[in-house]
Amino acid sequence: MSAELGKAFAKAKARGEGALVAYAMAGDPDLPRSVDVFAAMVEGGADVLEIGVAFSDPIADGPVIQAASERALKAGATLRRVLDEVVPEVRRRCPETPLVIMTYVNVVMAMGEERYAKLARERGIAGTILPDLPPEESAGIRAAFDKEGVDLVPLCAPTTPPARAEAIARDARGFVYCVSVAGVTGMRAELPPDLSQRLDLVKRAASVPVVAGFGISNAETARPLVAHADGVVVGSALVKAAHSDGPAAAKQLCADIKRGLKR
Amino acid sequence: MTTDTAVGRFGRYGGRYVPETLVPALLELEEAYAKAQADASFNEEVTRVLREFVGRPTTLTPAHRLTESWGGANVWLKREDLAHTGAHKINNTVGQVLLARRMGKKRIIAETGAGQHGVATATACALFGLPCEVFMGALDVERQALNVFRMRALGAVVRPVESGSRTLKDAMNEAMRVWVSQVQDTYYVIGSAAGPHPYPTIVRDFQSVIGREIRTQTQAAIGRLPDAIIACVGGGSNAIGALHPFIGDTSVRLVGVEAAGHGLDSGQHGASLTLGTEGVLHGSRSLVLQDEHGQIQEAHSISAGLDYPGVGPELAHLAKTGRMEVRTATDDEALAAFYEVARTEGILPALETSHAFAAARALARDLGKGKQLVINCSGRGDKDVATISARGVPPATGVKS
Repeated sequence: MSAELGKAFAKAKARGEGALVAYAMAGDPDLPRSVDVFAAMVEGGADVLEIGVAFSDPIADGPVIQAASERALKAGATLRRVLDEVVPEVRRRCPETPLVIMTYVNVVMAMGEERYAKLARERGIAGTILPDLPPEESAGIRAAFDKEGVDLVPLCAPTTPPARAEAIARDARGFVYCVSVAGVTGMRAELPPDLSQRLDLVKRAASVPVVAGFGISNAETARPLVAHADGVVVGSALVKAAHSDGPAAAKQLCADIKRGLKR
Repeated sequence: MTTDTAVGRFGRYGGRYVPETLVPALLELEEAYAKAQADASFNEEVTRVLREFVGRPTTLTPAHRLTESWGGANVWLKREDLAHTGAHKINNTVGQVLLARRMGKKRIIAETGAGQHGVATATACALFGLPCEVFMGALDVERQALNVFRMRALGAVVRPVESGSRTLKDAMNEAMRVWVSQVQDTYYVIGSAAGPHPYPTIVRDFQSVIGREIRTQTQAAIGRLPDAIIACVGGGSNAIGALHPFIGDTSVRLVGVEAAGHGLDSGQHGASLTLGTEGVLHGSRSLVLQDEHGQIQEAHSISAGLDYPGVGPELAHLAKTGRMEVRTATDDEALAAFYEVARTEGILPALETSHAFAAARALARDLGKGKQLVINCSGRGDKDVATISARGVPPATGVKS
């Protein structure tokens, strides 16, 4: 298992903050400029970077990330190029920040799960999130990742029954990604009232940090979650900010959200 | 003989590759379906509705003039085009909407390519009084105006999908996204024998009524099973329905016909069994058209129902193990077959079905005289007349102008 992720969460906790896992799409608007976005998010206070690798058919994503995928594919972003051209550069500019890849299972399968795990480790990737790979289908891929020390981060949903959520949490690698709303990625005005209870349940069962994601877009939506989670994932809001106003806007938004994460 | 090798698996293919949010709904569906299957009253109701409303059994028509013209096997047509709404799709939607009602779901969503599945879903929803939304690629909305009207007339809402290639694949992505958001009270009626487990099994079971009837009807007509059955393959629901009941009968050749579009070398086709590679699309592992990086490629076919870069996992398994032979037909070959069938047998087949006819001539000759060939006539061509007539109609036959 990668120790890097655990350390990043521990550091944020020691500072009295929830961790910010900041997502952006590699290759949006192009490969070099997406590196600037990742670096800016770390300057804004991001504790973990989630590097999106585009897929043509992103069924777990809402319109903002779907559009970013289309832009990234047009710019020639492939898993191979992201690992070769984006990840090393982000690593160079942000050596202290753990990197997690988020993509779809077909993209990893096309490269070959073992080949991917090996390359990911060599490039310094700590973990990987595959939103269309539920536990029932994940044994083979997880074994390949474990062998290389790349954490396969599991997801938990609002529809996941408690016993299943506990099993997912107990068995997790890296951190547990608790999906806050039944739906696709994207900003929402309000999060469901039972989210805090679900986070508490997962946190009790988990031996790794627990984060909430989907629908969190600013300090206000992040603030109530720090009492129940070790951190939050912010994606669509950052992708939108970077797309319309560039890296500085993503940095600013990270800084705002970090203020909401102070305990 | 069964092709199931593990729960939800057909050899290497199948599975359930979906966001965690949907997994509990799929588990619930799997359980509800198993209970329904074990309940005689459910099966009786499905059978009754198929008989009283859909018009089953559909006939098995001897195609005398095609038989004579092709000079090979005796040709029989399994007439799914005569089922209510004009295609086999209704077999599945009646079953799934009854299942949804049994599960207490309040609302139905579906995706559609050619519009036949959308019309069939809208029809079943009208019959059983459930609200219905159909996601359809914006390009298909343009190509299939008649079916868009029919869905709206039946009270369904048609939602055009503008993303990606604006065809079936994108409609399916959108339906899955909407389903993730409203999974508690919404039932997603998938129309192809594709998607996450248990859909490929459910759709296959409801469509297998086609093959079971072929079995009974050929026994009655010729006193034995046919020598070959041929069907077109997009996602593959009509094919798996016609072929599945014969998987164990090794004397029966099973043949699937894919869309070769502008040609297999053109890069513009829908031939995922012939040229696809193993991948995950729309929740199952199967053969898909994709590039070396795992990005799904856009399919092409003159027929909106075959314009799909994936295929059902059970058909992938049957093709890879050699139980099913796979052939292809181009757009032009399908069009030529359309007119041949129209003018030889008095039937306007759907463009999808025309692909099966296009490949059936060579198969009939391979089989030779005295053999029996069944072509699954999956749907009627009315929905395609705008597409076909736009290319000009060949002059009338046997009439002096």
